[in-house]
Amino acid sequence: MQRIGVFVCHCGSNIAATVDVKKVVEMVKQEPGVVHAEDYQYMCSEAGQSRVAAAIREHGLTGLVICSCSPRMHETTFRKCAEKAGLNPYMVEIANIREQCSWIHKDVEEATKKAVILARAAIAKVDRDAPLQQGESVVTKRALVIGGGIAGIQTALDIADAGYKVDIVEKSPSIGGRMSQLDKTFPTLDCSACILTPKMVEASAHENITIYTYSEVEKVTGFVGDFTVDIRKKARSVDMSKCTGCGVCQEKCPSKKTPNEFNRGLNTRSAIYTPFAQAIPNVPVIDREHCIKFKTGKCGVCSKVCQAGAIDYDQKDEIITEKYGAIVVATGFDMIKLDKYGEYSYQESPDVITSLELERIMNAAGPTKGHLERLSDHKPPKEMVFIQCVGSRCSDKRGKSYCSKICCMYTAKQAILIRDKYPDVNVTVFYIDVRTPGKNFDEFYRRAVEEYGVDYIKGQVGKVSQTGDGKLLVQGVDLLDQKRILKKADMVVLAAAIEPNEDARKLATMLTASMDTNDFFTEAHPKLRPVESPTAGVFLSGVAQGPKDIPETVAQAGAAAVKVIGLLAKDKLKTNPCTAKPDELLCNGCSVCANVCPYGAISYIEKEVRDHGIREVRRIASVNSALCQGCGACTVACPSGVMDLQGFSNRQIIAEVDAICK
Amino acid sequence: MQERMTGMVRQETESKLIARAKELLADQTVARVLGWKSGDMDYNPEPGYFNSAQELESQFVYNGFCGANLSKYMIEASKMEGRTLVFLKPCDTYSFNQLIKEHRVDREKAYIIGVGCKGKLSAEKIRQQGITGIETVSGAGMDDGCDELKITTIYGEEASCSYASAMLERCHVCKGKEHVIFDEEIGESRDTVDAERFAEVERIEAMTPEERFAFFQKELSKCIRCNACRNVCPACNCRKCVFDQDKFDTSQKANANSFEEKMFHIIRAFHVAGRCTDCGECSRVCPQGIPLHLFNRKFIKDINEFYGEFQAGADCETRGPLTDYTFGDVEPGIVAERSQSCSK
Repeated sequence: MQRIGVFVCHCGSNIAATVDVKKVVEMVKQEPGVVHAEDYQYMCSEAGQSRVAAAIREHGLTGLVICSCSPRMHETTFRKCAEKAGLNPYMVEIANIREQCSWIHKDVEEATKKAVILARAAIAKVDRDAPLQQGESVVTKRALVIGGGIAGIQTALDIADAGYKVDIVEKSPSIGGRMSQLDKTFPTLDCSACILTPKMVEASAHENITIYTYSEVEKVTGFVGDFTVDIRKKARSVDMSKCTGCGVCQEKCPSKKTPNEFNRGLNTRSAIYTPFAQAIPNVPVIDREHCIKFKTGKCGVCSKVCQAGAIDYDQKDEIITEKYGAIVVATGFDMIKLDKYGEYSYQESPDVITSLELERIMNAAGPTKGHLERLSDHKPPKEMVFIQCVGSRCSDKRGKSYCSKICCMYTAKQAILIRDKYPDVNVTVFYIDVRTPGKNFDEFYRRAVEEYGVDYIKGQVGKVSQTGDGKLLVQGVDLLDQKRILKKADMVVLAAAIEPNEDARKLATMLTASMDTNDFFTEAHPKLRPVESPTAGVFLSGVAQGPKDIPETVAQAGAAAVKVIGLLAKDKLKTNPCTAKPDELLCNGCSVCANVCPYGAISYIEKEVRDHGIREVRRIASVNSALCQGCGACTVACPSGVMDLQGFSNRQIIAEVDAICK
Repeated sequence: MQERMTGMVRQETESKLIARAKELLADQTVARVLGWKSGDMDYNPEPGYFNSAQELESQFVYNGFCGANLSKYMIEASKMEGRTLVFLKPCDTYSFNQLIKEHRVDREKAYIIGVGCKGKLSAEKIRQQGITGIETVSGAGMDDGCDELKITTIYGEEASCSYASAMLERCHVCKGKEHVIFDEEIGESRDTVDAERFAEVERIEAMTPEERFAFFQKELSKCIRCNACRNVCPACNCRKCVFDQDKFDTSQKANANSFEEKMFHIIRAFHVAGRCTDCGECSRVCPQGIPLHLFNRKFIKDINEFYGEFQAGADCETRGPLTDYTFGDVEPGIVAERSQSCSK
C-alpha cells in the first residue's frame, strides 16, 4: 500500500465557495493508505507547492492526490513539484473538483459529497500507480505545410526565415490559393494579386522552402518531432527542369473545352494549362482526363511545339517520403455547393452567380477581362441584387450553423467597386445583420451606404425567378418596413457560405487531429492555444481552423509558425510513458489490438515464453512505445484484457469505478 | 466410450468418411483424425481423436446428432506434430476461418474434409415433445432421408417425431450448405431453413426495457455457471479467460449482486461481438437450455445495420467491423442516431 498524501485546493473561492474543503480533508483522512491530508487556498502557487514538497519529505509520501482543477491545467505543475521533491512524477493523480464539481453544482452539501467521491477514486487509482519513466525522442528539424494558399505561404515564410527547412504541399498546379482568385481586398481596396504574388515569388525563391505543387499528402505516420510523410507528386506530364514557361503549348493545344476551375467554370481552358498567368511554378500540367493525346493516343501538338522538349507523356506519379518534426494544416476553404438552394435559381440562370464568381468577373484577368456583364447576354447590368448569408447562420440542415464571417465585408467591397466604376448600376443588398468588427471595417461599410449609395435592406430573399424578358425577379421582405419586396434585377450575387476544403476530413484522419462537427480543425484550447491542434506536433493556420479574413489568416499563420519554430528549436522531446503494454504470458496473438490501433504502433513477434513449466514459441503483441499515443483503443479491444495502458491500467480504472460506487 | 456393436451396418456416407480417413492416415498425409465418437447413447456422440484404422472402424460416427463444432479443437491440434484431419460441417468452417484470422489455428496443420449436413438434432427437442426415456433413435443417419425419427424408450414404448421438429434452432436458420474452407468435400447437404434468423431478436427488441430485463433475468437465472458455453465457444479462445484471472479484480465483479449471471453472459457476448459466427454451440451445450445465442445474434443484427452485412468467418482475411480502424469509420454520433432509428 502506498503512503498517500491528499491536497485539497480552495482555488480562491472557485472551489471553496461550493465545496466544503475542510470536510473533504476530514473525510479523505479515513481512506486506506492516506497518511496526510490538508487544504490550502492556492495549491498551485509557490507556497502551495512547497507545502506539498514539505509533506512528501515529512510523511514519506509515495503517492499524491491533488484535489483541484482539471489535470489539463495543472497536472504538469504538480508532477514537476513531486519530481523536485524526489517522487516519481507519475505517482501524482488529480481529482478534478473544480470543472467537474464546484463549477457545475450549487448545493454545497451535494458538491462536497461528490468532491469526496472524486478524491476517493483518485486515491484508489494512485494506490495502484507504478512509477513510470519518460523516454526521449529526436526532433527532425523540418516542417511540412499542407496547403499553399496565403496561410500556408505565410507560415512557411516565417518558419523558413527562422532558419528551418519547410516543404509546402499544394494540391493544385500552383500555389496562391483562394486569395489569387480575388480581385481587390477590403478595407483598403488594394489588388489581391499585387500583395500576394510577391509572397509567392518569395516563397519559391527561398532557400529553405521546397514547394510540391500538384501534390497531395498520402500517408502520415510517426509522432511529434518525428513524422514520416508520403507525398504523392502527381504526374505533371511536363518536365519541370526543362520547361521555360513560354506558354506556346497552351496556345496551340487543340483541346480547349475544359471548364476553367480557376475562373469557377465561367470559361474554358486548354488541356495543358497553368491555372493563371502568375502561377508558381510557371510550369503547366497536362489534364490527362481532357487531353486528346491521353484519350485517343493521337495529337501530341504540345510536344511538337515545345522548344525545350519538356513534354513527357510517360511521366508517372512519384511518392516522396520525407521526415518532419512539425506539420501545419493550412487547407483553407471552398464555397458550399448550392444544389440545395433551388429557390435562388442558381442552377437555372447564368445571371445568378456566387460572390467568388463575381470576383473573377471583376478581375481584369478573368473571363470577361474585368467588364461587369451578364453571362447570359453579355449586356451590362443596371440592377444588381446581393443576397447575404446563403447557407450561413442556417438553422436547417441544408446549410451551416456558423457565420462565414467574410461575406459582409466582401459584399460591401464588391458594392463599392461596382458603384465606383459603374455609377449607373443600382446595387441592393439583402442582409440578416451586417457584421463589421475589425479595424476600419465599419467605416468601410458606412462608405458603401453613405458615399456610394448602396441600398441595404434588412430581410431575406425567398425566391429568385427568371422572367420572360430575360430579367430576374427577386422576392424578399423588408423587415424594418414590414413589407414584401418584389424587385427586378439583371444580376443576382449570392454570398454563399464557406466550408472547409473537402479533403480536410481525410487529412484529419491521417493526422489523427480532431475536427468539429463542421469539419473545421479543432484547436488545443479555443482561447489559450488557438493555433495548435490537440494532436502534438500538428498546428493550424487559416480557414482550416475556422472562418477568417486575410489579415486574421496572416496573423494566425505567423502564430502557427512561431509554435513550429519553438518546437523545432528543441533537440530532444520527452515522450509520454503512458503507453500500452501487453502481458506477454496471456497474449493470444489474435491481432485485434493491431487492427484497431490508429497509429500502427502494434506489431507481432514470435517469442519464446515460459508459462507454468511450458516453454513454447508464441505469437505475441509488441508495442512501439514511440508510436503509441496512449489512446487505449487496444486495451478495450483485447478480449483477454492483455493490453494495459501504463498509468491507466484496467485495474486502476476498475478500482476508480469501485471507489465511486462504494 | 462404448464400442459400436459389431454387425451394425454402416451407411454409405459414414463409410466413405471412414475409408477416406483411413487412406489419409495410411499414406501419412495426416497423423491423426479429429471426428465424432459414438457416445453411450445414440443421441450423444462426442468429439474425439482417432489414431488408427481400427479406432475409426470401431468408434467413428457421423449422423444427425454430430452437432459438435470441431474447429476449436484445432487450436490444440495445431500445436501437435503433423497434420490433423478434421471433419467440418458447413457452419463449422466459418468458425475455422475466424480462428485462422485470429492466428489461433494453423491452416497448414489441418486437412479439412467438408462433410455434408442435413440439419443437426437435439435429444432435448425430442424430449420437449413428450418423448422421455429415450433408448434408441433411428432415422438420424445421413442416408436415412431425414424425414422421421423412430424412437424406442426405456419404458418399452415406440414413438416417432419429424426430423425437422428435433432440429437445433441454428439449423432452422442455417447459414448455408457451402463449406467456406476445405481440402475436399464428402456427403450431400440439405436446405433446412424454415425460420427468420432475426425474428426472435426483433421480438425481444420490441419489448419495453422492463419486459426485456424480466425476460433475460428469467432465462439467465437458470445459469449454473458451468462454463460449458464458454468452453465450447470457438470465439472464446483466450489463453486465460478474464473471468479466471485475478489480475484485473474482475472475477468477483460477476458476483456483484443476486443477478450475477447477467454480468458473465453480457461480458462474454461483448467479448465475442464481431467475431461470433453464430454457430450456436453455446445454446446447444447449455445444460439449462438458455437461448444464449440471442445475445450474439443481437450484436450481429446491430453490426449488419450499422456497418452493412457482415458474416464473421466468411473468409480469413477481412477485418471485422468492430476490430478495424478505417478512415470511413462512422462517428459515435452517427451510431447513436442510427441506433435510435433502429429502435423505432
